[in-house]
Parts: sequence; C-alpha cells; structure tokens
Amino acid sequence: MRTLITVEAFYVIIGAVFAFMAGQVALDKTHGKRWGTAFFWGLLAVTYLFGKLLPPAAVGYLVLVMVVLAAARQVRRSEERGPTRAERGAEAERLGNRLFWPALLVPASAVAGTLLLDKIHFGGFALIDAKQVTLIALGLGALLAIAVALRTTGAKGHTPVVEGGRLLQAIGWALILPQMLAALGGIFAKAGVGTVVADLVARALPTQFPFVAVAAYCFGMMLFTMCMGNAFAAFAVITGGIGLPLIVQQHGGNPAIMAGIGMLSGYCGTLMTPMAANFNIVPAMLLELKDKNAVIKAQVPIALVVFAANVIIMYLCVYRF
Amino acid sequence: MIKLIGILVVAVGFALRFNTLLVVMAAGIVTGLVAGMSFHEIMELFGKYFVENRYMTLPVVLMVPLIGLLERHGLQERAETLIRRTKSATAGRVILLYTLVRQVTIALGVRIGGHAEAVRPLIAPMAEGAARARHGEIPEKTVQLIRANAAAAENTGNFFGEDVFIAVGAILLMKGFFDALEMNVSVWAMALWGLPTAIVASVVMWWRSRVLDQRIARESAESGPEDAP
Repeated sequence: MRTLITVEAFYVIIGAVFAFMAGQVALDKTHGKRWGTAFFWGLLAVTYLFGKLLPPAAVGYLVLVMVVLAAARQVRRSEERGPTRAERGAEAERLGNRLFWPALLVPASAVAGTLLLDKIHFGGFALIDAKQVTLIALGLGALLAIAVALRTTGAKGHTPVVEGGRLLQAIGWALILPQMLAALGGIFAKAGVGTVVADLVARALPTQFPFVAVAAYCFGMMLFTMCMGNAFAAFAVITGGIGLPLIVQQHGGNPAIMAGIGMLSGYCGTLMTPMAANFNIVPAMLLELKDKNAVIKAQVPIALVVFAANVIIMYLCVYRF
Repeated sequence: MIKLIGILVVAVGFALRFNTLLVVMAAGIVTGLVAGMSFHEIMELFGKYFVENRYMTLPVVLMVPLIGLLERHGLQERAETLIRRTKSATAGRVILLYTLVRQVTIALGVRIGGHAEAVRPLIAPMAEGAARARHGEIPEKTVQLIRANAAAAENTGNFFGEDVFIAVGAILLMKGFFDALEMNVSVWAMALWGLPTAIVASVVMWWRSRVLDQRIARESAESGPEDAP
C-alpha cells in the first residue's frame, strides 16, 4: 500500500533547517569560524535532503569531511546571545500558563497519533507507514505545537528556526555522534567483534558453577553494551555466545528470565558509556553542561546498584522457575 | 583478537580526549581494514548506516525550534515560578516523580517525555526552581549537577520501565532471536520478569534523589550566606 506521509518528509524539513543554519552562519561576520561551521551544517543538510538519492559511498566521504572539520576545530557556535533573564521573566509574566500548552501538546499528540494515525486510509492510500508511527506522530505533534506557540507568543514566523538553530549550534558536531556510533556498531558486527568478546568471557571464567554463568552473562551484556553503545547489538552476540550455551543448555535455566533480565543488564551498560551518545552525550550538550560526561557520572551509581540487583534476581529465579 | 583493535582505539582515544567523532571514525576504519575491507567499502558502510540512522537525530531537531521559541518567551522562568508555589517541592522530589511517571507510562506503552521533549524545557527548570525556592541563589556547579540528574532520571525511567511492555522494541527483538532458533519463549514472561528490576530502579532513584537534595543543601550553604528573597 502507498503511504502519504513518510519519515522522509521530516528529513527534508530537518535538512532545510540545517541549510538555513549554514546560510545564517556564513553571513555572520562576527562568527569566529564561519566558513568551517557553515560548511559542516551545509554538508549535514545534504545528507538529510538527498541521503536516499546519493550513493552510500558518497555520503560516507561527505561524513569523512564533516569529521575532519570537527576534529580540526573548525565547527564552533556563534557568540550571539538571546534575550536576558529579565526579558524572559517579563514574557513569562505576560503569557503565564499559556506557555505550557504547546509544550504539553507534543506528548499529547504523540500518544493520540500513535493510537490513531496508522488506522487512517484513503482508498488505496494509507496516511502513514505503521512502522514509523511513533516518529511521525512526534513530528506532526512538534509542527502543530510550533504553530500554536507562534499564535500564543505572537512571535515572527522565522523565530522558531533561528532559536532552534541557536540550540543546535550549542550541541554542535555532537549532534551526528549517535549516527556515527550506529555506523561503528554496524562495522563491529560485520567484522565479528562480538563473537571474539563472547569467546573470551566464556573461556576465561569457571562457568561450570551456575552463579558464575549468570554473572558472566550479565557482565558480558553490560561490558559489550558499553563497547557498542547499544544493548540490542550486544543481546544477540552475548546471549548466543554465553547465555544460551551456559545458562540454558548447561544449567537448565529459564530462557525468558535470562533474556529479560539480561537485556536490562545491558541497559546498565548503556547508562555508563559515552558510546550511547544519544542518551548520554547529546543530552549533556542540550542541557548546556560544561562536562559532557556529567550525565554518565550521575548515572554510574544507579547503573552499578541495578546491575548488582539484576545478577542476584537472575541467580535466584532463572534456575527455579 | 586483532578484531578487538577498534575497541582499543575507542578506549585510548576517549582517554586521551581526542575529538570523539574522529575517534569513532578511526575505530571503524581500523576495524574494517583488519577484517579485510577496503577503505572505499568502509566509507560505503559509514554512508549507509549514517543515512539509515538519521531517525536518531529526528526528535532533537524537530523539538529545538519549539523549545527555543518557548524559552525565548519565558517557559523556563514560568516553570520555576510554578514550582516555587509548591511548598513541599525539592529538586530531588521533582526528579523522582518524573522518573516514576516515565516508568509507569512507558510500561503501559505510552511514550511521553524525552531529553528534548521534557527534560530541557520542563523538568530541569522545575528542579532548579525548587532548589532556588529553598536555598536562594545556588552555585553554577550545583545547577549543572541538578541538570545532569534530571537527564539521568529520563534515562533510568525510560530504560527500566519500557521492557515491562510487550510491544516494545527490546521484547520483540528478544522474541525474534528465540524464534530464529525455533525456541518458543513467551513475550509475556519476558515482560513480567522486567518488573523486579523496574522496582529496584525506582528505589535506587529514591535514594539518588535524597543524595541530590543533600548535596544541593551542602553546596548552597558552602557558597555563602543565603540571599533568598
């Protein structure tokens, strides 16, 4: 069935935002590194506008140029400041709780969209692709909220793009880190890194003891997730290499308990690794933290306690139920 | 063993604080080369995965225009004002409540929240506002600590709530893994066994939120006499 709205439409909108940013930086004479920065956002715009049309290798070389620009310190944020705290306070006074409605409209429309959008059809056309429903619901919700916010605040039409660009410049090159790490994960998987890790763990430990098997599996999930930045990538490798042969086949454990708690042990790794950039590094930049590992540091105690609990819960339950 | 060289590159590169993008790309190139790929093939893989994973950036880029617009018109200040009126609010309690709401809603399959969607515009300013209401002006390092904990609450609530819901990606991935091996493992059992860890995570967040409140009290007392309004 054909679909009317796809995620690709939102990639085009985002690409246009990046292109606008590139133009704005190029025209900003006060910007210290305006050509490098403009070039970076311009290339990113190309990967969003034409990503599906370009051959993958071409995108790869564009990405290489972006990485070199970032590594050569040519990508900076502009110095331009926003309104002062007093000005914002006066606006808050004027608008009151009406400010919250657009912000709350996003989760509300995301929920409504997730429930409804994939059920709408026009003849042979579906409104959206059911597999992309969450992203599209979020995207439509954000656009709707921007329209409402423009009405409420009485701001000019280009303000959201200008302000959004300012925030994106604050995040800077870290914005593409999640995609780069996903690519690295893909290359690790293709090269067979996971099977080597699973072999090492299984061979180095006395896994004939049921507790050691549980600890090795949970630890393997956590460690490999930290290396890959992604528990899903770790799951197939570590469960196939350690969990199934040792816990299920050798010691007769329950596979549902093993898998469920094993995945959650992987998430403990996600909390502690800079490789999970979209959860740990990008939020630190988004919140304008000076230490980009500050979120990880806040999460280490949480991750270690939950991990220890996971090992104990799995050991007590996996061989019993 | 030689295939693990990429992990070594990442570890050394991060430790020496080289540019993260450069470290990641170098690790990919080295790993690809030792696995017998050509440079061109590696670039092809980077390009392919980069385009396939554009969705990862989507929520942030779609949300920042709205956040920027609303913040320009005082969203954060308004969130602070609102929380100041709630006498029992502390930064830790705001963060704990957010974690619990996030855990319960996502366990029911409802995705509300997110770093760009909720933490930056609402939760972090509310937590900061609660701390300022109690302790007056707070030092910058404490503000940073509060924000980092708000982000940690988002991740903790999200990760340790979602696996209780059967239609979530993680559960379906595990089901697919067992199906491929012709093992019959129930999605309900896997979701149910996510509950004990979810409860542990809530208790841990309760502990962390108390630690946070104590640190805020200590750091704002150290920074000099209170100049509360």
